[in-house]
Amino acid sequence: MKEHQAGWLFVAPALLLVGLFFVLPVVVGLALSLTDFDIYGIGDLTTVRFVAFANYSQLAGNPLFWQALKNTAVFVLLGGILSILLALASALALASRLTVWPSFFRTVYFAPVVMTLVAAAVVFRYLYHPDFGLLNRVLGLFGVSPVFWLGDPRYALLAIILLATWKNFGANMVVLLAGLGTIPESLYEAAKLDGASAVRIFWHVTLPGLRPTLLFVSLTTVIGYFQLFAEPYVMTGGGGPNNATLSLVLHMYKEGFRWWNLGYAAAVAVVLTLIIAAASTVLWLVQRKKA
Amino acid sequence: MRNLIPRVALHVFLVLLALAILTPLVWMVLVSLMETGESQREPPPLLPQKPSLQQYHQLGKRLQLTRAFGNSLVVATGATVGAVLVNALAGYAFARLRFRGRDKLFAGLLLLLLVPGQVAMVPLFLLLRGLGLTNTLLGVVVPGLASVFGIFLVRQYTLSLPQELLDAARLDGASEARIFTSVALPLMRPILVTLAAFTFIGTWNDFLWPLVVLSDDELYTLPVALATLSGEHTQDTELMMAGAVLTMAPVLVLFAFLQRYYVRGLTMGGLKE
Repeated sequence: MKEHQAGWLFVAPALLLVGLFFVLPVVVGLALSLTDFDIYGIGDLTTVRFVAFANYSQLAGNPLFWQALKNTAVFVLLGGILSILLALASALALASRLTVWPSFFRTVYFAPVVMTLVAAAVVFRYLYHPDFGLLNRVLGLFGVSPVFWLGDPRYALLAIILLATWKNFGANMVVLLAGLGTIPESLYEAAKLDGASAVRIFWHVTLPGLRPTLLFVSLTTVIGYFQLFAEPYVMTGGGGPNNATLSLVLHMYKEGFRWWNLGYAAAVAVVLTLIIAAASTVLWLVQRKKA
Repeated sequence: MRNLIPRVALHVFLVLLALAILTPLVWMVLVSLMETGESQREPPPLLPQKPSLQQYHQLGKRLQLTRAFGNSLVVATGATVGAVLVNALAGYAFARLRFRGRDKLFAGLLLLLLVPGQVAMVPLFLLLRGLGLTNTLLGVVVPGLASVFGIFLVRQYTLSLPQELLDAARLDGASEARIFTSVALPLMRPILVTLAAFTFIGTWNDFLWPLVVLSDDELYTLPVALATLSGEHTQDTELMMAGAVLTMAPVLVLFAFLQRYYVRGLTMGGLKE
């Protein structure tokens, strides 16, 4: 067997699987979003009709879609900023020479990243319990009256953002720590010789050196946070109260797999993909301009 | 002495953050050791009065979380073995075997990283339904076997292996299959462990896809079973905390052993240009 034959043979299983279970479904998904595929379509394919952009106009007129879009955007923006800032702060703290036991703290901060989200959501739902939850009891020590975290539309999304930040910042922190390690020590020494303050060193050495890593971290965070699903599914019984925590993926899931409006669900997925692509492009362009 | 104040401030921050991370987990374990209803007394206790494994016995008997545990084990192990095999072959070929169209093909694969999985989800469900794989554990595993990220990870690592070793084996007349299994695979071990840790933990934790594919509760994986139970037993806090411990413990133990590899996998994607 020649080398090039072996090459094709070796990549064939992976290509076949990616093609069959990813590329093909993505293409079909686009097509599906232009049909009225529903519960009858599953039973009998001949009932499926081409409806052009009817799903998209239906989606544009659906207040639930707009609510889900707004909630998701708030989650991505607020959750993303919190997750990245906390990751940056903890990475800088762990990289400091003054810190004792950096590996202990790193392991603690990273542990939630590998944990099962559903279990974390079950624990946090209890943590947020208005009467018996630990959070209200701690707040009570400071004289704050009990908050109905998951039952009050004003706080429910915030509660989910806090869980996501708790769960995810460690992943960003580890990547940022690795990024900090690639900044040459000589730059810091030169800045110190010039008598630069800690703040100036951060702005003029650390941040520019971290730029590629920050771009990667913000891209993965934004892409990941747009796919919010399990947190509201478990914690607020599917998007409550009053749809305050309904996300785009949850909306897609309910329409598709609870009500079997598969054409409409496919359209929601296509819109989500376009939004993610647009957000990624904007992030990338902003970072490139600065560099 | 000059550093005393920043040093104290730094550690106050680190310790407070560690407390915020650990408190929910410690509390989860404490409540899971309480008797039924104990956590909802007035005033709610922080420590179990008579710590017992009663809740864990309940889980095993009444709620069949043990079966879900077994399903999760099967799914995560199967996905890991399959993913390591498929992605190791492809990653090695993209790094080390010259064939026409290789680089364009690889670039095309990388573009797929930008497409979120949800857009494939509805058609994927219909496809698996056509293949008779919905409501089977195989249906949970199969779509995730080949992953662009996995191929990328293996390729980047394999690029750094010494080419002379492969060429020497080729001169000795070894077949490509033989070179792969006897020369390359042993050298690739660290990255394969990394990939295995990633796949196992990722599959164990996955929720949305098994929720879509599985309809029979005897086939539920642990996260799906836990979510379903916690919807039905909202009052049984102690039981749910035990279920949460059962769901999290295996991945935490695995992570403790494979920490080095797991973190490397995470940082590799972010730093290599």
